[in-house]
Amino acid sequence: MSDLGTAWRTAFPQYEHGPFVYLDTAATSLTPRPVLAAMDEYYRSYRANVHRGLYATAERASTAYEAARAHVASFVGASSEEVIFTSGATASSNMALGMLERTLRLSAGDEVLTTVAEHHSSLLPVRDLAQRRGLVVRYLPCTAEHTLDTSVLGILLSVRTRIVAVQLASNVTGGLHNLAPIVHRAREVGAVVLVDASAAVGHVPVEVASLGADMLYWSGHKCCGPTGIGVLWVRNGLIDRCEPHVLGGGMVDEVGEASVSWREAPVRFEAGTPNIAGAIGCGAAATFVAACSLDTVHTHVRELTRYAQEALRTVPRVRLYSAPPEQNVGTVSFVVQGVHPHDIAQVCADRGVAVRAGHHCAAPFIRTLGEPATVRASLYLYNTRADVDELVRAVQAACVLFG
Amino acid sequence: MRELYHARLLDHAQHPRNKGACPDATRVVHAANPSCGDTLALFLTLLEGRIVHASFTGEGCAVSQAAASLLTEAIQGMEVHVAAGFTERDLYGLLGVEVGEARKRCALLAWGALVDALRDERGV
Repeated sequence: MSDLGTAWRTAFPQYEHGPFVYLDTAATSLTPRPVLAAMDEYYRSYRANVHRGLYATAERASTAYEAARAHVASFVGASSEEVIFTSGATASSNMALGMLERTLRLSAGDEVLTTVAEHHSSLLPVRDLAQRRGLVVRYLPCTAEHTLDTSVLGILLSVRTRIVAVQLASNVTGGLHNLAPIVHRAREVGAVVLVDASAAVGHVPVEVASLGADMLYWSGHKCCGPTGIGVLWVRNGLIDRCEPHVLGGGMVDEVGEASVSWREAPVRFEAGTPNIAGAIGCGAAATFVAACSLDTVHTHVRELTRYAQEALRTVPRVRLYSAPPEQNVGTVSFVVQGVHPHDIAQVCADRGVAVRAGHHCAAPFIRTLGEPATVRASLYLYNTRADVDELVRAVQAACVLFG
Repeated sequence: MRELYHARLLDHAQHPRNKGACPDATRVVHAANPSCGDTLALFLTLLEGRIVHASFTGEGCAVSQAAASLLTEAIQGMEVHVAAGFTERDLYGLLGVEVGEARKRCALLAWGALVDALRDERGV
């Protein structure tokens, strides 16, 4: 399967700058040529604002922007009018909760269910909303295997629950969660389900219809897109009812002395000039990854994940925090007893191996592991077994250095 | 650029000097790098304008631990106003190596605690 990685990496110009072992896709992915070309083309040939001008380049920019929306929508089995472009997953999360705050009639004592495994971008806006509105936040715990413990769902998700904010995959263990029981129970009590799919989209097939969620978001930059662009999907039937959270130009029909009427969704939620090149790049990334076939990408990454887990297990004193390969988006967190994660990452860096050490913006989850931090290696389509071999050699070198 | 993990740094990281809590300390300052998982407590005993004892406790990477060890060694018995004038550059001098942006918080954790502890001693 490594041959696939070698073939795919030819699309990524960063590999032309010398030997380079990139194992930090969970932080941000590399950018393939078609994405660079699409953004470059916009800036060079038809830069103009969208939805405004009548001249040719403005028309072309609007067409490209909406085509990007269509590509992104079809990437997750959605329709265009359900897709809002944002500046990233963090903005999507904040916006989704802001929309719900303005749309649902939330009362003090209402509850939000989230999980201990969430990224700070999911967790902190939830806690902030709860504080503003007097909501009670409940946390779904994790099992000893670091998956969501849905056995306590009956207790934590009740008729008082109005919003469920849950991740699709962990950015620490790579574990893909089975959200079906959570979504099923949320439906029974009429709670809105908001899914953070940042670690999953572009890594495994994600279909909004089969998930059954109400809202779902991700960042473009973790799946071959540029930074500064994200997506918030809101299902038909809910998006039309939602009040906008960010106000400004481009999203209003009429503005009177004291009155205002909003435009239709999704433009109602895209106040101001959007990140046009970013959206075009995000659309090109979706097209690129879809052309590689997500099933093939996942199979490739799954085999690399298995290989990495097996190789790291042979290193003495290594403890793995990584979901089984079949249920993993390609992330292998680990610690080496007696060597601080930062020192492992530093030795890796000195040997040209890019990994991340820290709490990965999921501090409450890292605490449940009983570790101050972990080293995280994350795999994607451009990685090979040789990359994993370099990682293992670097970890062994760190073990020797710090005895 | 000098290798980060040079022999003296590794020696101080693996065999830290002055490591341990001091019940008689007149000043105790806690510091942390939450994103790295580094924690530190600096214990200073000040007497008649001098640091008569300095020690630390904590967990962290080799850089943060070595820096704490080297710093507490350097300020042992030092006049308070001299220690209060300690700069980032002085700390890197002790460490024997400059660090990149990503490791600054590790390298400066103990120094930051010292600055906090002697905030009122820096004079004008």
